Amino acid sequence: MPDFCGIELAHPVINASGTYDAIAARKVFGDALLEDFPFSAFVSKTITPEPRAGNAPQRIWETPAGMINSIGLPNKGLEGFLAEDLPQLAELPVPLIVSVMATNREEFARLMEAVAARNEVAGIELNVSCPNVHSGLIVGEQPTETEALLEALRPLTAKPLIVKLTPNVADPGAVAVAAEQGGADAVSLINTLKASAIDPVTREPALAAGHGGLSGPAVRPIALQQLRAVTAITEIPAIGMGGISSGADAAEFLAAGATLVAVGTENFRDPRAGSRIANELETGMYETPSRLKTLDLQ
Amino acid sequence: MTAPFGRRPCEVVANKASGGYRIFSLLDREGPPPEPGQFYMLASERSWGEGGGRPFLPRAISVAETAPAKQGVRLDFLVEGVGPGTDRLCELGAGERVWVTGPLGNSFSTPKQVNPEAAGAILVGGGIGIAPMAIWRRHLVERGIPLRVLLGFRNQQHSGGLEELFCAGGTLCPDIRLASEDGHAGHQGYVTDLLVAMLAGDDAATAVVYSCGPPAMLEAVRALCAEHGVACELAMESPMACGFGACFGCAVPKRDGGYMRLCVDGPVLRGDAVAEVAHA
Repeated sequence: MPDFCGIELAHPVINASGTYDAIAARKVFGDALLEDFPFSAFVSKTITPEPRAGNAPQRIWETPAGMINSIGLPNKGLEGFLAEDLPQLAELPVPLIVSVMATNREEFARLMEAVAARNEVAGIELNVSCPNVHSGLIVGEQPTETEALLEALRPLTAKPLIVKLTPNVADPGAVAVAAEQGGADAVSLINTLKASAIDPVTREPALAAGHGGLSGPAVRPIALQQLRAVTAITEIPAIGMGGISSGADAAEFLAAGATLVAVGTENFRDPRAGSRIANELETGMYETPSRLKTLDLQ
Repeated sequence: MTAPFGRRPCEVVANKASGGYRIFSLLDREGPPPEPGQFYMLASERSWGEGGGRPFLPRAISVAETAPAKQGVRLDFLVEGVGPGTDRLCELGAGERVWVTGPLGNSFSTPKQVNPEAAGAILVGGGIGIAPMAIWRRHLVERGIPLRVLLGFRNQQHSGGLEELFCAGGTLCPDIRLASEDGHAGHQGYVTDLLVAMLAGDDAATAVVYSCGPPAMLEAVRALCAEHGVACELAMESPMACGFGACFGCAVPKRDGGYMRLCVDGPVLRGDAVAEVAHA
């Protein structure tokens, strides 16, 4: 039974924000979703202060062992989330972590405080892969911005604050240390890697937004390295993610210092990937067959 | 009826060439029979993403026909190899297994559900998009609803499925008219030429149009129906990673602004609900 920042969880596998819509999935699969919920905690899609429609299509592109997305954070905004989505998410059989994002500290504080005040919410994940409109800098790319944001938010709630780290920096460890110093309870990593694709027919950028974020098994070695770098110099727990598709993958992230692991893109291929991976971890089905060791470099 | 939760392996029971396309069949021992217009997310159990590379994501494929089988439901899919995913599906061998999630999405509404005054249906299918028209046509025929079916193809190479899905006793069913751009079958030109003629008829106002095909054809059908004040339902396609509302990739612009997710709000959409069907 992993303990994560005081939240007791049935197993160490949760979902990555924005990769599972439990409300839509319940409509598609019915209450069977709740009877065998794939994750030990549920992380919501990112909520912003105002509603967002999201980016124009094309939004996704398949790549070797992965995909690029530029979804653009469609969501109902704080008001719509609290009124329509939160009551439904509260019916899930696991603790709820809500992901939030805003483009200045005042809005971030208002949003986070309103969400954290709700009893249904066990923890908050801060999506800091966004610009601060005042400085123009991406908060999660700057240790000073990250620390200042945490110092503004930390006094507003006693609930766990998780900082979602971006991999698009030279030194993710420095940002993680800043988050810890600012009072974060945990970090989660990695977010998607900035990436582009060109449509082979039109020779134009494949995604309407021009670029997006790469996820899937293609990013796994990068995620493992960043996780090792971060956990080596921080004390707070880390949620590791990046292309986890099996219990074997999850075991690698736990070995690299993660307290929990999150499944993202694999959910799209297998709606029950979370339970499958948790089961593979628990039963040891993930153990690498010894013959693979000798074939590793062949 | 909801889909079974998760993906399940289904055995390939047949796979054969049909013109330039392939028709393969799966034996689904767990799922409910699909409704016309619904789709499945499919990925072969082997040689699909493991070890890296593509295909990686499952592919959304509309069901073309279904029938009760000894131990479940037979599902027929019409495919054309146009990329790594559909190429792999075309190669499926009997006995191998396919990961299946579904049936997913909504289904076609009957003409009377769309318009209480409606007396019949006009089905317009183009290319590989004839697939959902086949299962829908059978449902309408079984209900005794008058219908006309218009099917179009680019050329002989990019055509198929007629014999298996639209013929009885080896001959094309009498309610079906064909068009082809190269003239190899039926009217030489677009299938929408046939629709134009049909919408000019006196009884067109009491018909509901159902369509599936390439985006440019769907947009032509949508615009023609709007122009003639005829209701239509369009079975659309959009890049889709998951099929159950998780990835938000399959956004389709709504007529009144914003986007819907084709997997959970579609794939069958009312023509007057969508903005212009985007096409290159």
